[in-house]
Amino acid sequence: MADRPDKLEPQCEAALHEIYDLLSGELDDQKREQIARHLDECSPCAEPYDFYAELRRTIQQRCRDTAPPSLLARIEEAIRREPA
Amino acid sequence: MEHMSSLYSAALRMTRNPADAEDLVQETYLRAYRGFDGFKEGTNLKAWLYRILTNTYINTYRAKQRRPDETDLEDVEDLYLYNRLGGLEAARAGRSAEDELMDLFTEAEIKAAIEELPENFRIAVLLADVEGFSYKEIAEITDVPIGTVMSRLHRGRKALEKLLYEFAVSRRLAEPQPDPAQ
Repeated sequence: MADRPDKLEPQCEAALHEIYDLLSGELDDQKREQIARHLDECSPCAEPYDFYAELRRTIQQRCRDTAPPSLLARIEEAIRREPA
Repeated sequence: MEHMSSLYSAALRMTRNPADAEDLVQETYLRAYRGFDGFKEGTNLKAWLYRILTNTYINTYRAKQRRPDETDLEDVEDLYLYNRLGGLEAARAGRSAEDELMDLFTEAEIKAAIEELPENFRIAVLLADVEGFSYKEIAEITDVPIGTVMSRLHRGRKALEKLLYEFAVSRRLAEPQPDPAQ
């Protein structure tokens, strides 16, 4: 973790506040480019971005369950019993 | 059946119980089958199935499982988890930062942290950060204004960071720290 002054520059504060929205693809092109440019120029801001991108990947990969094969059979059976 | 495993995963996070999750997914497909005439070609099938899943869950299980009220979620500062764990990555020589978080939290911990979130926050975080739906899609799936989705995500994600940090501390992977704000 890079040492930073206690008081962040306004552009750093703005970029860091929108990490989740950027990672979720919710920012418009102009805002996204603005933040991308800032991250290229400011390594203390780029670090938490990488951290939260990795957190997002970790959460996604750790939450994948496989439905038991019997469930598919159960559902097909239930649908067969439905009146046409 | 397309989407069945991802619907089942979401159902498990919602109900926190494999038997209920199977029932919920079965009920979702039955309702989708009965209502398929209402599905418009060219619209998002996955979002439609999640809408049925979420509504079925809320209508069937909400009364059964009362969770802490939304106001129980305290707000925490931006970068909560990074400010507490970020240093850990740099401190561990020879490991890539890429693998750190994946190694730091087990599958059981990530799942438990999500399942710990109060219901409305859990559903919003699940749909956004696990399933990758847009905020607008989540507003449609959960039938609330997009502003409500954003506020639930904002607080739910922070609460998730806090829970994950507690797991890290309890496994002695991180030292408890005084609140930097104090």
